[in-house]
Amino acid sequence: MQDWANWAIDTAKRRGASYADARVMDIRQRDIGTKNGEVGTLVESESLGIGIRVVAGGAWGFASTDRLTREGVQACAAEAVAIAKASALAKRENVSMAPEKAYVDTWQNPFLKDPFRIPVERQIDVLLAADQAMRRVKGVTLAEGAMSFKRIEQLFVSSIGSSIHQVKMQSGAGIGATAFAGTEIQKRSYPNSFGGQHALQGYEVVEALDLPGHAEQIAEECVALHSAAQCPEGTSTIILGGSQLGLQIHESIGHPIELDRVLGQEANFAGMSFLTVDKLRKLKYGSDIVNVVADARLEHGTGLGTFAYDDEGVPAQCTPIITNGLFTGYLSNRETASAIGETRSNGTMRTETWNRLPIIRMTNISILPGTWKYEDLIADTDDAILMETNRSWSIDDRRYQFQFSTEIGWEIKGGKRGRMLKNPSYSGITTEFWNSCDAVCSRDYWTLWGTPNCGKGQPMQTMGTGHGASPSRFRNIKIGAAFAK
Amino acid sequence: MAPAMPQRKAKLSSHCAPRKSASGAGKQFTPTELESLAERIIGLSDADQTEVEIDLGSDALTRFANNTIHQNVAEQTLTISVRAVVDGRTARAVTNKTDEESLRRVIAAAARLARNQPEYPGLLPMPRRQKYQKVARFFPATASVAPQDRARAVARVCKIAEKNKQTAAGIFTTGASYSLLANSEGLLARYAETTAEFSVTILEENSSGWAKSNSPDVRDLDPDALAASASRKAAESRKPRELPPGHYTAILEPSAVLDLVGFLFYDFAGTAVLDKRSCLNDRMGKKIFGDNITLWDDAYHPLQTGEPYDGEGMPRQKVLLVDRGVPKNLVYSRATAKKMKAKPTGHGFSLPNEYGEAPMNLVFAGGDKSVGEMVRSTERGILVTRLWYIREVDPYEKVLTGMTRDGTFLIENGRLAGGIRNFRFNQSVIEALANVEMLGPAVRAAGEESFEMVVPAMKIRNFHFSEATKF
Repeated sequence: MQDWANWAIDTAKRRGASYADARVMDIRQRDIGTKNGEVGTLVESESLGIGIRVVAGGAWGFASTDRLTREGVQACAAEAVAIAKASALAKRENVSMAPEKAYVDTWQNPFLKDPFRIPVERQIDVLLAADQAMRRVKGVTLAEGAMSFKRIEQLFVSSIGSSIHQVKMQSGAGIGATAFAGTEIQKRSYPNSFGGQHALQGYEVVEALDLPGHAEQIAEECVALHSAAQCPEGTSTIILGGSQLGLQIHESIGHPIELDRVLGQEANFAGMSFLTVDKLRKLKYGSDIVNVVADARLEHGTGLGTFAYDDEGVPAQCTPIITNGLFTGYLSNRETASAIGETRSNGTMRTETWNRLPIIRMTNISILPGTWKYEDLIADTDDAILMETNRSWSIDDRRYQFQFSTEIGWEIKGGKRGRMLKNPSYSGITTEFWNSCDAVCSRDYWTLWGTPNCGKGQPMQTMGTGHGASPSRFRNIKIGAAFAK
Repeated sequence: MAPAMPQRKAKLSSHCAPRKSASGAGKQFTPTELESLAERIIGLSDADQTEVEIDLGSDALTRFANNTIHQNVAEQTLTISVRAVVDGRTARAVTNKTDEESLRRVIAAAARLARNQPEYPGLLPMPRRQKYQKVARFFPATASVAPQDRARAVARVCKIAEKNKQTAAGIFTTGASYSLLANSEGLLARYAETTAEFSVTILEENSSGWAKSNSPDVRDLDPDALAASASRKAAESRKPRELPPGHYTAILEPSAVLDLVGFLFYDFAGTAVLDKRSCLNDRMGKKIFGDNITLWDDAYHPLQTGEPYDGEGMPRQKVLLVDRGVPKNLVYSRATAKKMKAKPTGHGFSLPNEYGEAPMNLVFAGGDKSVGEMVRSTERGILVTRLWYIREVDPYEKVLTGMTRDGTFLIENGRLAGGIRNFRFNQSVIEALANVEMLGPAVRAAGEESFEMVVPAMKIRNFHFSEATKF
């Protein structure tokens, strides 16, 4: 790996690059999917290549190749420089980057069990056991399960002298039961929708989930939803379960704080942000009890946004994003940090694979735990709807107006959880929503959820992000609009 | 999180392999050499049956924002995907390494994964050699576009924006690819295509406009005209006013139609009906859309792109999906067809997978009304350029939610009456397609949430806009 990266940097400098970095990435993945008692997806894949990013003529260029001979890498580096010089045809000013030190380091995330050493038949058996348990429940028409494992080994080398070797192992799994009856399709998932829970860990993540042990419950809930009452339409107090709050954080805090969006670089596709730079350290983003951080450090947890260095060679950091309700920080890279006068990038440049340019991505964007015990929160709530497990999610391209629906809900009446509700949904404006938060549960109920499928950039890149959250309460929220006639 | 609809290519096997890329590059292998490589892999395999997919490509993308290029990338990739059948079981392994050891390893991995799973009684033997209808979708003019060509076009577009005191953002991408699918039963399918796409957003202080076009032939793209259209929309939607939510007549331009109806068509998969996750369960043969809604899946339509074969190498058939408002036919992979006592239609995904198949080359029957005529015929309504972040709220009634974006206008008394703040909609697609009052000519449209298709602009009554946002 080191030779390939060195050839790239040397060639780029010789061709006139004022800055160059190279990422060699060797990615291995295993995906298993089951459906109604049979194995569906069963794929292993590997991919090795190099991505070379340069500044030449004051503009950016990037090229990638999997032709890892000296000739192939040098041609790729030369192409990156040629592309940068073409970029200079439509530049307004030279690229400027916040300073960063050079690092020589190696890092691997800790894990207990290498998922690639666990026999695939054992992994299939777990999914099929859960599948069987779901289909034993009368009314279930579709049982699905999935596991996914990924090992990423990468070497980052830059012209300022960095050489950083990292190995990341991530694992995840989940199950879902669906029931079609009459004119309705209902679904329940465990432990989360869209593939379950994912973390920067080994197979121990899957074992801890105990998928077969939770299969019957979600299957029964899925069938029961058909005879549950419809979530009403109006204004209500809501309590969001941890995984749903994690997605709420992702959409209405994580994306709007991306500085590339704020500065217009994503205007054509992912969109921009309402968090214009004049709002930094001035906007009351949430209520006083809302504290949110962007934390890529291992001490925050083994999330999908955990690493030692980002893909620009900047060390992992913890950035306060919302401090006692005040908006205090963006996600930045070296270029955007410089653009808004910050002295340093906070280290959020990430790439999906070797043939994609690193861009600003969420790390672990988490709400810090509050003080409430979950039981006390329910007991303290007179009239509310508890909503759990995301079903649909949508937000405008500046991240103001959102609408979410969840798989299941329950009435809270007089401090007790009551009847089940189907088709729960809520909507609102981002800052109004976060300012209505009046309770966040404590560390005992806090989970670092993994979102494995965040899409951004052109060409599109899919990235895993982490979101620590515990159940929380919000007042005066619009509910039921998704199903209003 | 941005939209995550499946890619147009009917392949689900490329998960950690490099993203879809294209070629024509041929710098590593010529097409003939790739056929030899496929033959060698099949020869090295001791599985009962072996299938090899090879994708070779080169793609380049120039991205601009704030009237300057800020990202400019190129890639060359090769993906080798091997499926093995052993004792009635099948699995797949993928690599981008071409040395002998790696090839042997990927072959062994596919066979090992196949062996270590329960027997699958529904697995069919691999298909034998097939005949394919020719399609011509490789254009040297596209394959030879240089970074300087894209940069000059972008520079012109940025000048248009600057001249109008506006800001431009967008992409100009070109690429070429060569794909090959072969199996140990003698099947050999080959496909080459080029792709070109230009997309531009023009921004003002409180408004924006958007336009996008793509084609296999870069000469079909007119970046200056697209920029002029987006610029005009940004100017005409200045100082948007807020309208109350409610049911309005909506005129959806083709890109908006594409992104909306794109969510419907996975329901036309035989497997989706078998799994009871399709909105067409209990609705086949019943009139659920308007008389003016007819559509096909047609890989051979002159405005369509993509391989003339599916993930197993079966020739794609033209299928009438909806005839004058009535869902008539589903699409089937070989295995699904057998289960449902139907004929395969050549729409299967690469095996193994749990999704079966889907139509990927949708063609609507269009009408003869222009968007201008639709506007002139509307007393009060909303013109929508583009939709964004569409998600499914109710899978059976097919209620979708999403936002308007980059050019949303009030129509009053047959004329555009200025821009409005963007709306959230919660709307059943089934109901919308039952309420279409006018259709434009069907054109090749490009959006962001679905694959390209041939769709018309539509005037739809009683479209439900549920909440407004702040801009």
